[in-house]
Amino acid sequence: MKKILVLLFTLVCVVGLVTGCGGGAANENENDNGDVAATEVKIGINYELTGNVASYGESSVKGIMMAFDEINAAGGIDGMKIVPIKVDNKSDPAEATSLATRLMTQEDVVACLGPATSGNYMATIPVAMGNEIPIISASATADEGVTVDKKGNVNEYVFRLCYNDTFQGVTMANFAANNLSAKNAVIIQDKSSDYAEGLAKNFISTFEGTGGTIVVQEGYVAKDKDFNAILTKIKGEEFDVIFLPGYYQEAGLVIKQARDLGITAPVLGADGFDSPVLLELAGADALNDVYFSNHYSSLDKDPKVQDFIAAYTEKYGVEPNAFNALGYDLGNYIADAIKRAGSTDPIAVKDALAGTENFVGVTGSFSMGADHNPVKSIVVIGLKDGVQSTSVKVGPK
Amino acid sequence: MKALTKKNLLILGAILLTFTVVQGLISVGIINKFYEITIAMICINIILAVSLNLVTGFTGQFSLGHAGFMSIGAYFGAVINLQMESTGGFLLGIFAGALAATLVGILIGIPTLRLKGDYLAIATLGMAEIIRVVFLNLDITNGAAGLSGIPRYTNWLWLCFFTVATVLLINNFIKSSYGRACISIREDEIAAESMGINTTKYKVMAFAIGAFFAGIAGALHSSYFYFIRPDIFGFLKSIDILIIVVLGGMGSITGSILAAILLAVLTTYLQAFTAVRMIIYALLLVVIMIFRPQGIMGTKEISDLFKSKKKDERIG
Amino acid sequence: MEQFLQQVVNGISLGSIYALIALGYTMVYGIINLINFAHGDVYMIGAYIGFAAITYAKLGFFPALVITMILCAILGVVIERVAYKPLRNSTRIAVLITAIGVSLLLEYVMMFFVGAEVRSYPKVLSGEVFHLVGVVINIQQIYIVVTAIALMILLQFIVHKTKIGKAMRAVSVDQDAAQLMGIKVDSTISYTFAIGSAFAGAAGVLVGIYYNSIDPLMGIMPGLKAFIAAVFGGIGSIPGAMIGGLSIGIMETLVSGYGNSMYRDAAVFAFLIIILILKPTGLLGKNTREKV
Repeated sequence: MKKILVLLFTLVCVVGLVTGCGGGAANENENDNGDVAATEVKIGINYELTGNVASYGESSVKGIMMAFDEINAAGGIDGMKIVPIKVDNKSDPAEATSLATRLMTQEDVVACLGPATSGNYMATIPVAMGNEIPIISASATADEGVTVDKKGNVNEYVFRLCYNDTFQGVTMANFAANNLSAKNAVIIQDKSSDYAEGLAKNFISTFEGTGGTIVVQEGYVAKDKDFNAILTKIKGEEFDVIFLPGYYQEAGLVIKQARDLGITAPVLGADGFDSPVLLELAGADALNDVYFSNHYSSLDKDPKVQDFIAAYTEKYGVEPNAFNALGYDLGNYIADAIKRAGSTDPIAVKDALAGTENFVGVTGSFSMGADHNPVKSIVVIGLKDGVQSTSVKVGPK
Repeated sequence: MKALTKKNLLILGAILLTFTVVQGLISVGIINKFYEITIAMICINIILAVSLNLVTGFTGQFSLGHAGFMSIGAYFGAVINLQMESTGGFLLGIFAGALAATLVGILIGIPTLRLKGDYLAIATLGMAEIIRVVFLNLDITNGAAGLSGIPRYTNWLWLCFFTVATVLLINNFIKSSYGRACISIREDEIAAESMGINTTKYKVMAFAIGAFFAGIAGALHSSYFYFIRPDIFGFLKSIDILIIVVLGGMGSITGSILAAILLAVLTTYLQAFTAVRMIIYALLLVVIMIFRPQGIMGTKEISDLFKSKKKDERIG
Repeated sequence: MEQFLQQVVNGISLGSIYALIALGYTMVYGIINLINFAHGDVYMIGAYIGFAAITYAKLGFFPALVITMILCAILGVVIERVAYKPLRNSTRIAVLITAIGVSLLLEYVMMFFVGAEVRSYPKVLSGEVFHLVGVVINIQQIYIVVTAIALMILLQFIVHKTKIGKAMRAVSVDQDAAQLMGIKVDSTISYTFAIGSAFAGAAGVLVGIYYNSIDPLMGIMPGLKAFIAAVFGGIGSIPGAMIGGLSIGIMETLVSGYGNSMYRDAAVFAFLIIILILKPTGLLGKNTREKV
C-alpha cells in the first residue's frame, strides 16, 4: 500500500513537471503568433495580492486594471489590446524575484509593473537589468537602491512614478517648522516599513536643521492595534507636533487613540495617509489638525482629477486612495510609453519611458528626470473634521 | 571500513552525473532562468528541511525557530558579501553565518532544550522572534528597509555542493553512534538517559548542527535573491520549513528531499492561479495530512523500499 | 504616578483581549493537546460575521454577538470534524500541520471574498471617554474587561459544575479511560471546540468594536500571543489563561511605556522562556510526573 502511494506521489510529481514545462512551451508558441500579428501587448503585473502588505498591492492593481480596461474599451494602444498578466508575489521578495523572472522569460512581457513596496521592488531590479525589460513601480519610495544603484549609476530599466522619501520627509519637516512654527516634535513611526523609516530619517535631519528638536521617537509594527502605551508615554512630554510616518491602517488608529487620550497636537504624515479608510478608522472628530503630503488633492478642480474620482467611485463603490490613483496613472503611463515607442520592443519602451515629457496624470503632471524619478510637485493637505479643507502646493526641487 | 565501497562510488557517480546534466542543460538554455530559480529554491529548502529533520524528525525536539537560524546566516552572509564582493567573500560569509548560527544555537539550546514538546516549540518560536526583532532594530542590518543589492554568487555549482554536503554529512551523522543516541532520545528520553546517554549533550549537538546548516541555507538565500529583510524570516517561514519536513516524513532524509522538490514544483505550478493559489495550497496541505499523516516516506528512506522488497522476495 | 496608572489601565484592556482569545485556546489545548493555529482565524471570522450582522442585517450589539457565537461554534465543530478528527490517532505534529493548513485556508478564503483592505467597524457601542483621577478610561475598555471576566467565570462553571465539563476533564486526563467509563469522547471534543470557537468569535466582535479595524490577517499575531498567554498561565487552566493574558498585556504596555516599544515582543518572548525554564508547566499548570 505504502509503495503504491509513494509511486503515486512520484507520478504526480513527474506529471506536474511535464505539464508545467508543456504549459510553458505552449505559451511561448502563442506569444510567437501574437508577436507576428501584434494584436496584443502583454504587460506583467507583479503585486502583493496576499501576505502582509496585500492591501497596497490589491489597491494598486485596482487602479491599473481600471486604466487598462478604459484603454482596451477605447480600442487599445494603436489597435493592440493590453493583456495584463497578473501574478501574486505573496509580499515576499524572493517570490517577487521568481515571478519577475517568470514574467520576463516565460510570458514575454513588454514591461512589468510593481511590486508596490520598495523592498519587493528592489528584489526585481537585477532581473529587469539582466533581461533588459523595463519595470515601473508607482509606490516604491526608498531613497537608495531603486532607480540609482549604490555606485550612483542610473538603473537603466527601472522607473518610478512617486517621490522618494527625501522629498516628502523634507517637505513635511519644513511645513512643521514654517507653517506650524513647531519647535519640538515627536515621531511615531512604523518600524516594520522601509517607507516610514525613510520618511522619519529625512524628517529628522531637516527638522533639526531648522533648529527644532525631536523629543521622543517611538515605533510600532504594522498590524498593531493598540497604541495606548506609547501615546500615554508621549503625553507626558512637551511637544508641538507629531510626525507619524506610516500607512492609514495604523495611522487612523493612532490618531483616534491619541485624541481619546486628550493629545490635541497637530499630526503630520505623508501619502500613506491618503485613503478613505483613514476617516473610517479615526472618525471625523479625531481628524482635526491633521496634515499630510500627497500627490493630488480631491479639492483640485482639475477635471482629470474629478473625473477619475467619479469614475473610480462608480466602478468600485469606494473612493480611491493614493495607491489606486498611482496605479491608475501607472497603467496610463505605460500605455502612453508603448504608444510613443510605436513598438512592443522592451528597449524602445524603456527609451520612451525615460523620455517622458509633461505626462498628465491624476497624481500630477510630470516629466521623467534623468535619474528616472518623476519631477512633480507635492501637495500638503489639511484635514478638518475628516474632510480635506486646505491644500498647499510645493513645487519640485 | 573502506571509503571507496561500491555503494559510495555509485552515489558519487550519481551526484556527478546530476551535476553535469543540470549544468549542461543550464548552459544550453533548456533550463532557463526561471527554472533555475526553482532549482535554487529546491536546494535551499532541502538544506533547511534536512537540517530541521535532524532536530525534529530524528532527535524528536519540536523546533519552530529554524527561520531564526536561517536569518543569522542570511545577514552574516549579506553583510560580509556586501563588503567583499568576491567568491572569497561569499564563502567567508557562508561560513561566518553558519558558525554564528551554531553559536546562537548552542547558547539557546542549553537552557531551552530542557523543555519538552509544545513548550519547546513555543520557546524556540520565541527565540526566533527575538532574533528577528534584534535584526529589525540594528543599524548594520538597515532595519525594516533590509539589505539590497547583495551580489549573486550563488550558482548551481555552489547550490549543488552545499546541498550534497548537507545531505551526506547529516546522513553520516545519523548513522554514527551520535546519531543513534539522538534517535534513542526521540524514541524514549528517559530510557535513553537510563542507558547512560547524556541526553542534553546530544540534543544540543543536534540543535547546533541543525543551526549550522540553516545558517548556510540562509547565506545562500541572501546571495541568490539579492535582497533580505527581517520579516522574511518570521515564524511563517519556520512553519514552511516544518511543513516540508512533516510532508516528507519525520525521520526520513529522502522524504525531506522529495517533499522539498514536490512543494517547489507545486508552488511553481500554482503561480499561474493567481487569485486562488493560497487557497489551493492550504486545501492540499489539509488533504495530504488527512490521507497521509505520516508524510510521504514515514520514517523510511528510499533505499529501505528496495531492501524490504528484497526481504519480501526472500520470504516469498 | 498618573502615567503609571494610565499604563496599567492600558495594559489591562489589552491583556483582557489576549485573555479572551486565550480562554478558548487553553480549552482546546487542554483536551486534545493541539496548538490550534486556526483559533486566531476563527476569531477573525467572528469579527467579520459580527461586522456583517451589524452592517447588513442591521442587528444590535447583543443579537450580533449571539449570532456570531453560534456561527463560530458551528465553524469550530466543522473544522474539528473535517480536519482534526481523522487525525485523532496520528502524531501531534501532523495535526499541527493540519491546523496550520486550516488557518491558511480560513485566511485566504476570507481574503478572496472580502479583500485584503482593512474595514472599520460599525458603531454599536458608545465610545465615551471619562476621566478618573487623571486616568482616561474608555467605556469600551470596561466592556472588554467585564466580558473577559464573565466568560472566564462561565467557563469555570461549565468545566467544574456541569456534566459536560466533567466529561471534558475526564477526556483531558485520559481519553481511553474516559471512553471505557462510557463518556462519548468525540462529542465531548466537539463540545469543547464549539465553546472555544464561540468564545473566539465573541472576542472578534469585541475587538472589532474596540479597535474599529478588522482585516483577514488580524488573527495571526493575537492568536500567537494568546497561545503564549495560555502557556504562560499553565495550559489547560482557565484562570491561568486569564492571568497569562493580563500579565502579557501589562508587560507589553510597561515595556512600551518605560522601555523601548520596539523590543516589546522580544521582551514578552524572553520572559516566557524564562518562566518556562523556571516552571515548565506555566504559572498554574499542574506538574505531571513522567513514568517509564
